[in-house]
Amino acid sequence: MSNCQRCTLMAAEYDAVGAALPHDSAHLHVTGRASYTDDLPEPRDLLHLAVGMSTVPHAELAAVDLSSVLAAPGVVDVCVAADIPGTNNYGPIVADDPILTDDRVQYVGQPVFAVIATSVDAARKATGLANIDYRELEAILDPLTAVEKQSFVLPSETLLRGDPDSALESAPHRATRRVFLGGQDQFYLEGHIAMVVPQDDACLLVYSSTQHPDEIQSLVAHATGRPASDVTVVCRRMGGAFGGKESQAALIACLAALAADKTGRPCKLRLDRDDDMIMTGKRHDFVIDYEVGYDDSGLILGIDFEFASRCGMSADLSGPVNDRAMFSCDNAYFLENVRILSHRCKTNTVSNTAFRGFGGPQGMFAIEYVIEDIARRLGKDPLQVRRRNFYGKDVRNITQYQQVVEDNIIDEVFDELVASSDYEQRRKEIRTFNAGSDVLKRGIAITPVKFGISFTNTLLNQAGALVHVYKDGTVQLNHGGTEMGQGLYIKVAQVVAEELQIDVERIRIMAADTSKVPNASATAASSGADMNGMAAKKAATKIRTRLTRFAARHFSVSEADVAFHRNRVVCGENELSFTELVQLAWADRVPLSATGFYKTPKINYDRASFSGRPFFYFAYGAAVTEVVVDRLTGENRSLRVDILHDCGDSLNPAIDLGQVEGGYVQGVGWLTSEELWWNDRGELGTHAPSTYKIPTCSDLAPDFRVQLMQSVPNAEDTIYRSKAVGEPPLMLALSAFHAIRDAIATAASPLPDLQAPATPEAILNAIQAAGHE
Amino acid sequence: MAGSATVRFVLDGDIVELNDVDPTRTVLQFLREDLRRKGSKEGCAEGDCGACTVVVAELDRSGDGVLLKAINSCIQFLPTLDGKELITVESLADGESLHPVQKALIDNHGSQCGFCTPGFVMSMYALYETNANPGRQDIDDALSGNLCRCTGYRPIVAAATEMYSATAPIPKDRRQQLQQVQRGDSLQIEHRGRRFFAPANVDEFASLLQQNPEATILAGGTDVGLWVTKQHRELQTVIYTGRIAELNELDVSDSYLSVGAAVTLTAAIPAIVRQYPRLDELFRRFASPPIRNAGTIGGNIANGSPIGDSMAALMVLDTSLVLRCGTLERELSLDSFYHGYMVSDLQPGEFIARVKIPLPTDDAIVSSQKWSKRFDQDISAVCTAYRLVVRDGSVSAFRMACGGLAATVSRATKTEAAINGQPWSDATIENACLALAEDFAPITDMRASADSRLRVSQNLLRRFFAETQSEQLPTVYTYGR
Repeated sequence: MSNCQRCTLMAAEYDAVGAALPHDSAHLHVTGRASYTDDLPEPRDLLHLAVGMSTVPHAELAAVDLSSVLAAPGVVDVCVAADIPGTNNYGPIVADDPILTDDRVQYVGQPVFAVIATSVDAARKATGLANIDYRELEAILDPLTAVEKQSFVLPSETLLRGDPDSALESAPHRATRRVFLGGQDQFYLEGHIAMVVPQDDACLLVYSSTQHPDEIQSLVAHATGRPASDVTVVCRRMGGAFGGKESQAALIACLAALAADKTGRPCKLRLDRDDDMIMTGKRHDFVIDYEVGYDDSGLILGIDFEFASRCGMSADLSGPVNDRAMFSCDNAYFLENVRILSHRCKTNTVSNTAFRGFGGPQGMFAIEYVIEDIARRLGKDPLQVRRRNFYGKDVRNITQYQQVVEDNIIDEVFDELVASSDYEQRRKEIRTFNAGSDVLKRGIAITPVKFGISFTNTLLNQAGALVHVYKDGTVQLNHGGTEMGQGLYIKVAQVVAEELQIDVERIRIMAADTSKVPNASATAASSGADMNGMAAKKAATKIRTRLTRFAARHFSVSEADVAFHRNRVVCGENELSFTELVQLAWADRVPLSATGFYKTPKINYDRASFSGRPFFYFAYGAAVTEVVVDRLTGENRSLRVDILHDCGDSLNPAIDLGQVEGGYVQGVGWLTSEELWWNDRGELGTHAPSTYKIPTCSDLAPDFRVQLMQSVPNAEDTIYRSKAVGEPPLMLALSAFHAIRDAIATAASPLPDLQAPATPEAILNAIQAAGHE
Repeated sequence: MAGSATVRFVLDGDIVELNDVDPTRTVLQFLREDLRRKGSKEGCAEGDCGACTVVVAELDRSGDGVLLKAINSCIQFLPTLDGKELITVESLADGESLHPVQKALIDNHGSQCGFCTPGFVMSMYALYETNANPGRQDIDDALSGNLCRCTGYRPIVAAATEMYSATAPIPKDRRQQLQQVQRGDSLQIEHRGRRFFAPANVDEFASLLQQNPEATILAGGTDVGLWVTKQHRELQTVIYTGRIAELNELDVSDSYLSVGAAVTLTAAIPAIVRQYPRLDELFRRFASPPIRNAGTIGGNIANGSPIGDSMAALMVLDTSLVLRCGTLERELSLDSFYHGYMVSDLQPGEFIARVKIPLPTDDAIVSSQKWSKRFDQDISAVCTAYRLVVRDGSVSAFRMACGGLAATVSRATKTEAAINGQPWSDATIENACLALAEDFAPITDMRASADSRLRVSQNLLRRFFAETQSEQLPTVYTYGR
């Protein structure tokens, strides 16, 4: 066979990137063979933990008597704060999160002690036997009371651009509103869990369901008084995380590690669902106040926002969460004159934390409410007001934090979706329907998404990878990212397969492991594929380069004549398999292992002035949702959803589609049925799926049309010009909220005072309030 | 009383025999901790998320047919498997050859984190085996007890639609092995001083309960399971009703439907809806298939929760209960059964034997409405039911009962008085809404505020009126279907 023929047969390079491959663990998921932390083989002598939690929201601990706990059947020992040899803190940024509290409790559910027992049941039963004497203190249970009492976990921040006061003063129209926006529990199906196994010479091996193994390593090291080098953290997969296992997993891992140290035995802590929901943090609920000035066309001239968010009893990630709310309250709109005042309220409730979107959803909820209000006050289709305020491409293109929006495609997204969804015709038809229907009303809304990609803390935008090629031509892939279901691992494997031109099946995807890749950032901020994909590509490229050099030398051809084509390598006249080349290279003592490191370029940001370029680029999307609402019951259902979302050149369109669909539905849950409800004793009443209602199958609209934008590569040089997709689609759900609001608006009361989540009760309240106007 | 202490059931073609079983050990604990079969997951330990779903096969009442039911293994006690076959996610694939359910889920990208997936696989497997051509609504119903937090369900629905296109595996004949694990005697277990009885007939049950009036009666275990998993209660004596033939009978006479107290909701609901088609939506929204497959009408009534979903409808139908203590039976109207929050007229040693639901006799309209945050698998904040007879424009008979508005499900007597004998009109309804506020003083909790509960009950009454005026008024759930 001649060279030429062979080239024809080989065709082009194998396209692993961009293929709609199934999740790498799909075959394990469906057979029950995917191992989560609780499924790992249990070491002999394993002990189980349960956590004794505070039952009051704010009190001094006058006395803690655990004698009955210790005497309970199966109990081996207990852990209290005094047992902690190192630092009693699991707070990721501010050291204000005790692992076990010893002086005062600050929320219902705060860990006071841990029981160590021979079985899960024995440990859980024994927690109820503690005798704790609380000296109760005044508790602050909501953000507005916190603002009134100046109770904050961090100082309030202001972001100012232009002159909003003058703009408001001179605006033809002004409007104000206060709206309450509820929080959200992550409700990962796999609850928090960690298992710690003592190792040689007092080292610890920690299996943790965590998005951030590196931070677990640091905090376990600090708590137990070890250097980081003596702690290894491993996580193969999580059963969902959604931000809930970014900082909060450390509490569970630290407790298990402390117990393992105290007993010298392996220890596991798996939280019961109710304990998980009571003890660990959620999405921040916000109270949003705004005053806006606008003209007859709906153009925003000036706007003044005040946000009060429930951070709970400690800072946790509330600083960056609230910063992102400030950065995101423009959504896709140019705000020329804007002031954003952000209060980070300290309340005697669980410390709130990361959740998909990370403050972005709250900021975007705020501006979308403003836009809708303006349109409704002017009697316009909100679509027109949205378009009127969109960022420009060359002018009106600088965000309130001074970043130039260079990649704006929101007009293109909107134009395509408005047409494909038949929005305008359907809006007319709905108005006709509503005129003839008293009880059932339909509503429709279209909302945009523009979401900044990168950690706002620049230093976190770094990633590492480690790729090994073995003598049989198979590969182990390690990187700092964690797999929580989002499909990161298959995407990165596709990148490596593409780079080495081998089948994905040859790549064994390894667990996230701090002993393989150190100092990795959390898998968060949607950045997992962008950063780890790039780091892995660099590692694979190093190996490919070494193999190329070797092949050129070995076959006496130029490096340009060495070409990799799906499991085969052509070297001038010669052709051999990838495995054969690897074996030859090994025999020639060529190193077949490489690390890769990536740091996101271009970004810089000054936290003090809230200015710079915090984001490498933006991801875009838009959704149209149509609903039907019952005016007598407030019950509602989605009828049709049309989504168009921008993933750049997708690394894996099947995985990305799943993120878009799942993000949307999760966002709809946040804005409709998922209600966190506390009583006046600071107790969470909705701490199990019996009372906390995430969407079920029947909540999915019968007509659900989701498309990824085609042929719009990322303007920035990201991994194969793809875009991050984890968080942005969640905010597409704002269209569902405003469709409900559209359905209950009437000519007589066009501005329903609808709070989020729009439960049937909230909808009825809005209808009732409108009746009293 | 003759009996044996060995629990026997079928698993993957083998007969499993267990001695010294902890009576309240859950099937999930047994699978994960004893067998190390880790495919079934614990997501909530209360039967609300479905990650633990398994399928149980059992002989039907004739003994010839086999019923397959998805159940929540997290709240099912292990001894209740006696005489059944347990099928788990590990059971489905034939070597490397995946079951069509599993293949369809992979092909449609139906798993992301994968933690809920084994439960979905089993609910879909039950659907696959019991419904050859499900529509979207059947799929929604079949999967209403399974929560997925990642996918948004679209690919799972697609998989459930597509799973029939693959070559079906050869159906297994489960009868023979099931017959081998049937027993004539009763099951009696004693484990560290705690006892479990599964009597085989009602006389034995009645006498056992008389001897052990403090015993916990276990039917589906959909609430009792949580006493163990969540409240960590130690149940000293448990008597299981699942094997008692007389309590599992479902009969229609000339004047009423008789539902044995241990008849599952899955079996009872179609019989009730056949008589009262307007109750369809209520019962579709009643819990989820795994809960309905285990839970019973008798249990729903005996449990006595003020937010139980069956009782309001049964009350307006003038349902009565046949209660039995020892050899004595008495009949009591459901109206008179509840005395207060979780307090009923049941005497020590007494149990509900059967539920007598009168058949439709005239032109009565019977309807029930459920109000909750979510359509499927939610607990009512308010549940209302009505029975209405209008003659010549006037109301000749009206009953209304409500759940979620008081310490028990109860009749709205002042509202009924405001409507009975009046014209069936807007004005009457508005007047009745005022009376409804006299009937009930609801409380505020996590499901709804007191004000909303009352306002909604009034709106639901208005809606019921509107539904009687126009056949064309769908609910949001039937709209567009």
